[in-house]
Amino acid sequence: MNGSSTLLPVSETTEKNRSPFSFSREAYVVTREKVVHAILMLCALVSVFTTLGIILVLLFQTIEFFKEVPIINFLTDTQWTPLFQDKHFGIMPLLSGTLLTSLIALSVSVPLGLIIAIYLSEYAPSFLRKLLKPFLEVLAGIPTIVYGYFALITVTPLLQNIFPSLSGFNALSPGIVMGIMILPLVTSLSEDALRMVPKGLREGGYALGASKLQVSLSIVFPSAFSGIVASVILAFSRAIGETMIVAIAAGQLPNLTANPLQPVATMTSYIVQVSQGDTPYGTLAYNTIFAVAITLFIFTFLLNIISFRLRKKYFSMGGD
Amino acid sequence: MNMRQMPALETRNLNLHYGTNHALKNISLGISENFVVALIGPSGCGKSTYLRLFNRMNDMIDGVKIDGDVLFNGKDIYKSNLRVEHVRKKIGMVFQKPNPFPKTIFENVAYGLKVNGVSNKKFIEETVEKSLKQAALWEEVKDTLKKSALALSGGQQQRLCIARALAVEPSVLLMDEPASALDPLSSSKIEELIYELKKKYTILIVTHNMQQAARVSDKTAFFYLGQLIEYDDTKQIFINPKEERTQNYITGRFG
Repeated sequence: MNGSSTLLPVSETTEKNRSPFSFSREAYVVTREKVVHAILMLCALVSVFTTLGIILVLLFQTIEFFKEVPIINFLTDTQWTPLFQDKHFGIMPLLSGTLLTSLIALSVSVPLGLIIAIYLSEYAPSFLRKLLKPFLEVLAGIPTIVYGYFALITVTPLLQNIFPSLSGFNALSPGIVMGIMILPLVTSLSEDALRMVPKGLREGGYALGASKLQVSLSIVFPSAFSGIVASVILAFSRAIGETMIVAIAAGQLPNLTANPLQPVATMTSYIVQVSQGDTPYGTLAYNTIFAVAITLFIFTFLLNIISFRLRKKYFSMGGD
Repeated sequence: MNMRQMPALETRNLNLHYGTNHALKNISLGISENFVVALIGPSGCGKSTYLRLFNRMNDMIDGVKIDGDVLFNGKDIYKSNLRVEHVRKKIGMVFQKPNPFPKTIFENVAYGLKVNGVSNKKFIEETVEKSLKQAALWEEVKDTLKKSALALSGGQQQRLCIARALAVEPSVLLMDEPASALDPLSSSKIEELIYELKKKYTILIVTHNMQQAARVSDKTAFFYLGQLIEYDDTKQIFINPKEERTQNYITGRFG
């Protein structure tokens, strides 16, 4: 039954006059299925092991870092100057820079993305939707380095016309451009959520004499709310993790401020700065990037989990 | 059968196409006020499509073409200057699958009033109570009005949808198999309700349940392949139909 050495000849001879219940043919099929199963499972496990490996590397290096810097300093110090003579290791300026640029991005992408999503799902005739969606998805395909230069060379000078005090590097311009970058994410996931709302609910609204706008805003939108929140959180997580745009246009200056007109550094742009500079491997300054990276990881991981939960909750009740 | 009186709902020489599919063929039919009319026929014969003509629910489907007259109290609801929202307010609808909004019980019933511009709180509260009483649901939900409508049972949800439709004070109710998704007990409650409601409303009901059609309706229309085969008093249709196809359908020989 399990003579693997006879597999090949058997399969060849039985090609011509095989009976469906041929014993060795069956053994061949069973073994083949097992091999395929094992290969597929190995491929699937690669992603698990990669994730585990990354977490372990981050953890070990972070532990090295916290052997020298007390965690309380890391969390409460208001300066981040690991590369200077007077060293401070407070994550707050990086955190504020990250949150500032991300929130600016969300304030662009959420209102605009939701309006587009409602238009596409409720108003647009189907030919227009088929035309518009690919254009939106092109936005997601532009390399972020291009967005970065776009922010620095085009958007910042434009904004300087409006805000003369805007410095050449600032949080506002990369924030806005990042908002455009995550726009397709918000739009497409929110549109999915809106379109999942059962047709019967819309009809129920129309049957009571509600207008299209009333049905869209007071029935469809609230019914899709958890799916929409999930899309916003996912976009938030994407903005927090975005690197190139902020590294190029935000200024890489750790600065504890809420003023979007000033230069800031985000967690990601700090990591770029150190890993490209001449900071020697194994030093404390070098290990800072792992502490920053794990902070970043914890943030995006939590946001992704919340988003996943909300989507699951939404899809379990939204399906018709 | 006083046909001098203007029918509440009427179609004349009505044809409807979905793209190339000729779904309703030359249908002329009048429904008098405060009558309950049952539409029967096998699936796909056009009876739901016919029902949805009267509150313009077919408008939302791509490629629908309508020829002929659809009259509500003598006015053509497609060609006259009646606003579609107004038509839908006067001609309420209850769907096959209960479709309460994911809101509270109170908000569900109040929804139609609010979208029609009513803001008087006292009036809304009174109407919600009145409508829930009319739909025989008040006693079951009067203490839980602030709870989600989705927590109700299927039969309660359907009665809520009826209350919701009644709250905007329509004169006609369209019911598209309102009891088919419910258990027998809830189903019989809906039937009793229809019996009560026909004192005040003109009711058009699509049903696959012959006993139900025979029990609740005054007149019955038999549709087959997009055509109106026979339309007569329910008694006549069930005891002594003129058409053989009607006879065959009612006795279960096809469909």
